[in-house]
Amino acid sequence: MAEDTTRGTPVGLPHTTAPERDGVGASAPRPDGVLKVRGDFAFSSDLWHEDMLWGTTLRSPHPRARILAVDITEAVALPGVHAVLTHEDIPGEKFYGLEIADQPVLAIDQVRYHGEPIAIVAADHPETARRAAARIAVTYDVLPPITSPEEAADTASHGHVHAPAEYKARADGNVVHRQRIVSGAGVTDEVRAAADVVVRGDYEVGMQDQAFLGPESGLAVPAEDGGVDLYIATQWMHADQRQMCPVLGLPPDKVRLTLAGVGGAFGGREDISMQVHACLLALHTGRPVKIVYSREESFFGHVHRHPAWLTYEHGATRDGKLVYVEARMSLDGGAYASTSAAVVGNAASLAIGPYAVPNVAVDAAAYYTNNPPCGAMRGFGAVQACFAYESQMDRLAEELAMDPVELRCRNAVEEGSAMPTGQTVDAPAPVAELLRRVRDMPLPPTGTDSPDLRELPGGVSNTTHGEGVVRGIGYAVGIKNAGFSEGFDEYSTARVRLEVIAGEPVAVVHTAAAEVGQGGVTVQGQIARTELGVGRVTVQPADTRVGSAGSTSASRQTYVTGGAVKTACEAVRAAVFEIGMRRYGWSGEMVAGLALAAGKVVAPDGAVVADLAELLGGEAVEETRVYRHRPTQAFDKVTGQGFGHVQYTFCAHRAVVDVDTELGLVKVVELAAAQDVGLMVNPAAVLGQVHGGSAQGLGLAVMEEIVVADAKVRNPSFTDYLIPTILDTPPMRVDVLEHPDPHAPYGLRGAGEASALSSTPAVVSAIRAATGLPLNRVPVRPEHLTGT
Amino acid sequence: MRVTFTVNGRRTEADDVWEGESLLYVLRERVGLPGSKNACEQGECGSCTIYLDGEAVCACLVAAGQAEGREIRTVEGLADGARLDPVQQAFLDAGAVQCGFCTPGLIVQAHALLARQSRPSEAEIREALSGNLCRCTGYEKIMDAVRLAAERRAGGASDEGRVG
Repeated sequence: MAEDTTRGTPVGLPHTTAPERDGVGASAPRPDGVLKVRGDFAFSSDLWHEDMLWGTTLRSPHPRARILAVDITEAVALPGVHAVLTHEDIPGEKFYGLEIADQPVLAIDQVRYHGEPIAIVAADHPETARRAAARIAVTYDVLPPITSPEEAADTASHGHVHAPAEYKARADGNVVHRQRIVSGAGVTDEVRAAADVVVRGDYEVGMQDQAFLGPESGLAVPAEDGGVDLYIATQWMHADQRQMCPVLGLPPDKVRLTLAGVGGAFGGREDISMQVHACLLALHTGRPVKIVYSREESFFGHVHRHPAWLTYEHGATRDGKLVYVEARMSLDGGAYASTSAAVVGNAASLAIGPYAVPNVAVDAAAYYTNNPPCGAMRGFGAVQACFAYESQMDRLAEELAMDPVELRCRNAVEEGSAMPTGQTVDAPAPVAELLRRVRDMPLPPTGTDSPDLRELPGGVSNTTHGEGVVRGIGYAVGIKNAGFSEGFDEYSTARVRLEVIAGEPVAVVHTAAAEVGQGGVTVQGQIARTELGVGRVTVQPADTRVGSAGSTSASRQTYVTGGAVKTACEAVRAAVFEIGMRRYGWSGEMVAGLALAAGKVVAPDGAVVADLAELLGGEAVEETRVYRHRPTQAFDKVTGQGFGHVQYTFCAHRAVVDVDTELGLVKVVELAAAQDVGLMVNPAAVLGQVHGGSAQGLGLAVMEEIVVADAKVRNPSFTDYLIPTILDTPPMRVDVLEHPDPHAPYGLRGAGEASALSSTPAVVSAIRAATGLPLNRVPVRPEHLTGT
Repeated sequence: MRVTFTVNGRRTEADDVWEGESLLYVLRERVGLPGSKNACEQGECGSCTIYLDGEAVCACLVAAGQAEGREIRTVEGLADGARLDPVQQAFLDAGAVQCGFCTPGLIVQAHALLARQSRPSEAEIREALSGNLCRCTGYEKIMDAVRLAAERRAGGASDEGRVG
């Protein structure tokens, strides 16, 4: 086992011998659950304030245009309107961005994508605000948009999305970021010659939307000190604050954020949406301002998953050992950088999947275009790669006349394998075991002679009674990193207080970690119960009064904020034992063996040494700790070599589909998954993550795509952008493995994303098995199956 | 305009209602009942599902004026004081709640299903809930919750406790 380099947290299982009820490992109930089922949980769109105004946004109908004039006269004149602001009204910096500050808060003299904000309005009723926005007269000089990475690469013909003089990204031309990876001998003619079999393929992934149900929304309340309090649904309050302060011209102590209820996120709330706009309006009018996007505006108000074009070549020996993989990926980053650079890093470093391959050459790049900005979505670059490499593995298996699971197992990484970045996989990597588990699960029964319509493709549309329906089975596996990569310092902070309330020891946990539905608040309480041996834990509302927790992204919060809570609890425990040393003369040696369990201080033999409430007496013990996972490194620009990722996570899927081959309709019959999570801190929550990710992958496989034509979004509604309903989503059998990662708190592995990768290629593989069609693009649509 | 209706057993008046407002807006913004959610406001997602004269409908598709004189029951009106409705309890126990934005609508819809059909089949549950989108759970635990609520309503309450 590799040496533990984790700072702050020892390796191993919970310290207490007697597990606390609802501690680590239990399916503890959500602390917000009762409020949520009663309808009493306050989401960001539910907030209300005396004298509150409503804000709205005027957005560009054109993807690329010069703005010749903006006339707000008619809008301001409308009764009930309190403010109409353009970029000229911004007191501070006019640009923001998560990694690269290239995005204007409100358009300045030009627009670069369909839906770019130009002006904001505050009025006494949302309809008044909308009508006022419609009265703002904008004169455009409309320009032909840059609509694809291909056009973007040809700057001589199409020009620049951002003029070279204003260019802020890392690369040049229209390239946001490029990452190459070369390992072994790369992919040369000599290497190619060593392969008996070669398969090549071009793949395409459409633009997927996070489609969280709670629309972007929040309430900004101006404060007497000249600052502003923002109640907001976001994934990372401190990153919002960092971007907002320069724009508002205020220091951090005057831009205070409190997390409101978050109705899902999936990456779509990493970037700022209405945060700055609401604060600008509130500070300008001196009144609280609420902004709630409609679903249509939501489609324009957040970044999407990068559409991708991928070209792969796999070479293997006759007995199915991979000799080389070459991959080229173009990602459409849209008009602004968002997290495109990090997405490229992920796509490149995970480009060949969870396979050990001696020779690799990868070239991945994201381009600026005039399409909608793309950034974070669950899976973050690894989803696009997984569809391509798993499609390739199926092709290779077919070419070799080999079982596709067997081929994958023969090449699967394991602990000790090297990734193409040179990083050694230094934790368990049960890739082959996951594949075998899904393969060996019992198959769902095949159709009967008189099937229920609702179980057939087309459902109650009554399009078939079984005729023309063919069943297919497909497999896929994927690899996703957990945590931010490439040297990013993404610590988390936890403050933990232990005190006696009504005779009982109570722990209070305070972090800025965004609860977005995943159950982070549950997990924080579980860790405090286990570490401090108390039954009662209160998790305080997340806000910026405590240090950053980093983002609720990248499958990282249970690891990093969980690590912070654990570390802070350990400090609290040490402080409690110090009370015993002071009061009772406990020796250092004695204290080293003590634990807290069930409200008692307990010796290694289980004997109760002291009652925790008595020991604390009137004292409150409070400790704040920062937790960092082990450091990572940037990838070398030329070779892509580097210890870039904190942790790897793995999931495998088996999909069973029925396809109506005449109409091109697909019914996913079952979607089985196996995932390793190191240790299930909360088994019910882990299952929820695997189910949810699998369903989103199914959506990308067969229905979800933002249709962009001439750089315009054509389907910004739930009528036209389809996400899986309960009828589209099959039963999902899940097998969870727990091979502990020695570097992580409790040995846990980030659980949030891996299932969103392999689900898509498994479903498509099953459709290929049913139809014999190549299907190189997702989502697969009926016309791809019927050829019409 | 003024709109008068009964909501969760209480006679309620909303004043200064603009004719273009939906019942959902009036409930959420004028009478302090934001439990019904606003995920799409065009009848696609079901997160605003309420009972209107005993019928489960999307509140976003009902014009405020259409609610005049009618009887409304929202998610806030399902529990009996501190005692949750069995459907609410089953959603908790089955682990069917993640972000919770779809939860109120799904609970009202499942409540309506079980009111008309005490032991729905698998296919009937899926059909009944097909107008309610959930983005977090993949619906697996929602199916468990509805089955659990149906079992408990049918008297098989011995399996009380958490699933998963």
